Amino acid sequence: MPAAEFREVTKVFGPVEVLHGVRFAIAAGEVHALIGENGAGKSTLMKILGGYQPPSSGEVRLAGQPVEFRSSRDAEARGVVLIHQEFNLADDLSVAQNIFLGRELGGALLDDAAMNREAAAALARLGVPIAPTRKVRDLSVPQKQLVEIAKALARDARLLIMDEPTASLTVHETDVLFDLIRKLRSAGVTILYISHKLEEVKALADTVTVLRDGVVVSSGPASELTPHQMANLMVGRELEDMFPPKGTPEAAEVLHVEALSVPGWAQDISFTLHAGEVLGFAGLVGSGRTELFEGLLGLRPRTLGQVRLAGKAVRLRSPGDAARAGLVYLSEDRKGKGLLVDFKLRPNLTLTTLQHYARPLLDIGAEQRALERAAQEYGIRSGRLDVEARLLSGGNQQKLALARILEAGPQVIVLDEPTRGVDVGAKREIYLLIQRLAESGKGVIVISSELGELLGLSQRLLVVREGRIVGELSGAEMNEQEVIQYATGLKVAGSNAMSPHSQALERT
Amino acid sequence: MTTPTGKSSDNPPVPRASLLSRIGSLGPLLGLAALMIVATALNPDFLTISNLSNVLTRAAFIGIIAVGATFVIISGGIDLSVGSMAALIAGSMILIMNAISPGVGTLGIIALGMLCALLIGAGAGLLHGTVITRGRIEPFIVTLGTLGIFRSVLTYLSQGGSISLGNDLSDAYSPVFYGKLLGIPIPILVFAAVALLGGLILNRTRYGRYVQATGSNEQVARYAAVNVTQVKIVTYVIQGLCVALATLLYVPRLGSASPSTGLLWELEAIAAVIIGGTALKGGSGRIWGTVVGAILLVTIENVLNLTSIISVYLNAAVQGVVIIIVAFMQRGKKAG
Repeated sequence: MPAAEFREVTKVFGPVEVLHGVRFAIAAGEVHALIGENGAGKSTLMKILGGYQPPSSGEVRLAGQPVEFRSSRDAEARGVVLIHQEFNLADDLSVAQNIFLGRELGGALLDDAAMNREAAAALARLGVPIAPTRKVRDLSVPQKQLVEIAKALARDARLLIMDEPTASLTVHETDVLFDLIRKLRSAGVTILYISHKLEEVKALADTVTVLRDGVVVSSGPASELTPHQMANLMVGRELEDMFPPKGTPEAAEVLHVEALSVPGWAQDISFTLHAGEVLGFAGLVGSGRTELFEGLLGLRPRTLGQVRLAGKAVRLRSPGDAARAGLVYLSEDRKGKGLLVDFKLRPNLTLTTLQHYARPLLDIGAEQRALERAAQEYGIRSGRLDVEARLLSGGNQQKLALARILEAGPQVIVLDEPTRGVDVGAKREIYLLIQRLAESGKGVIVISSELGELLGLSQRLLVVREGRIVGELSGAEMNEQEVIQYATGLKVAGSNAMSPHSQALERT
Repeated sequence: MTTPTGKSSDNPPVPRASLLSRIGSLGPLLGLAALMIVATALNPDFLTISNLSNVLTRAAFIGIIAVGATFVIISGGIDLSVGSMAALIAGSMILIMNAISPGVGTLGIIALGMLCALLIGAGAGLLHGTVITRGRIEPFIVTLGTLGIFRSVLTYLSQGGSISLGNDLSDAYSPVFYGKLLGIPIPILVFAAVALLGGLILNRTRYGRYVQATGSNEQVARYAAVNVTQVKIVTYVIQGLCVALATLLYVPRLGSASPSTGLLWELEAIAAVIIGGTALKGGSGRIWGTVVGAILLVTIENVLNLTSIISVYLNAAVQGVVIIIVAFMQRGKKAG
């Protein structure tokens, strides 16, 4: 008997039907992957199973029994727990307090000792070395994820729904998570796993269900599909190669950074970027890649030897200075630092380049024309352009954020995790855009935790470990093994050898 | 039923503005209209030119201050000190005007007094903005501190009593409050000008856009090359200038300042902004709403004065109920 089953489930939002009679079953004790492009209806389906939304018609069965969840509490009571992509943890509470949130132990007074003890036991069962008394705020992203899982299991979850759990994890952390998922599977927990990373799906899942435009287009054993076939099923057409052919960098340097240090994050960073080059920055999450660029832009306290843009020494004290000098940065944190999600598309697009529209009153018409042009140029797809940015899908939000920084006409473009939370189709468009930018003679820096992306895009790779550049790879040495060895410290380049001092830099 | 939705499924469906939320955004205006109809039904004197002009003149003081507060609140800040600041500016202005040698001429003294008022207001705003941004202290705390400081300095200057403008000056200055231009009292004209200018700056200039962006998400604005520190400091300077402008219109009304001058104006100004539909957490707001909010608050008091259904002593209670109702309607708007 399947652990859960969807029978002709539909979901209607206003005039739009987003699920059209979805039908598939999740076998008990399996890892079941659900894949599909953004907007295919995955989230809606998960929310129905997790009790966050009722279906418009059709039924959901758990262990053969039809169920009608009125809330996520209902679902949790039946052992179905949805782990959100954006964590549902209270940052200021401890790990144990989070695990027991809403069902605290003790009578009139809380029994903190017992909760800490049980939380420690639950974490130990998962093989997670986190002290239950630590504040969630102080944990890293992967640690938070593990706490979420511990929290779900402490609620006797029998069916765990995981929404893109590896979106912000590095290779190593992903491996740890996968070991854990396999452990859970052998303990009889059923897992519904949503991901954009098809290689992972192939490696982990027993069964794969592909959703496209609100209908199931395929549901079967993962062993029968290659990642390429999965991608084709998702988009409904034959996908060309993900990565466009690489160009050849020119000799001219567009950016030269010398002796950049960001206290606590980066030590003595120097590098050069050439015109027409795509330079990758590899490294583990927390290795200081993001922070070193935030330091370069003056967003963090830093010390700096020299910065030359196109051969000219410049002072960069703020993102404004950088934009004027021709350097722009796209943050990895789209909702927190990249887009004004509550604003419409138009003011988002023109925020960095507003001076071009002030005469001195803002020319709204010109802004609107710029938006229409940008929507065309960058393929921002939205039913109407007159909507708030939060209503766009992840891929279209990212294209809007990219359009915003490119409106400034930069020579050097720094992209931090440019395809995080973006579906396959939009990913490829972004890769093509990066390629186009490089071809037009601009310098592009890509920071990414997806190794495949870095290897497929860049002509040269710098590996950052604990705030230092520990390796530079190009040509034939650019392969996964080399990068991982440098990133994890198994291999150390001669000139940049790790000193005992830099070990002390490791963040707590 | 299973029609493929094609590209439209690329994004989640766009919720259409419900009728309720559209009414919600016009809420303050509808509320004011309803109140005026009720008031006229209860007492036809309400709709006389003289009474309406009285209401608008009274609304002008709070309204001008509230226009400044709209900028501060949209940028994500708050200024609790405006009432105390008004008192301090009024007292200082009168002391300065009394101290200037009569040789300058009456008009010259008044002009210098006004200039000093504006300078003190701008200076106080600059102080707020700088301490809040460079000192990284919550605006609530900084302006709570200056709320006490400003008023107590005024109390010290006046030795607990009142500071009065000399008789000659008082007579020469009084047209600024009592005078009319084209039949419209000067405070109303200034209020209208401030509101129009405020609306223009907020909606049609770079600075206004930056204020909204900063309040919506300060980090995003900073990463998008907006000078967030400067934007915030300027909102407090605008607030200070608005307080000074309201005060220099108010001083000729009584010709004096005392420790109770401008008492609780900060609450009325903030209330006007909130009633007008500006989000207290910042990011979005509108000047016309603030104007309606200020007029609505004064109208309530006026109606209580003209009718005998509810005691005028309960004025603050009625205003409080209105504020909570408006907040409730806005909550519904967010959820929809």
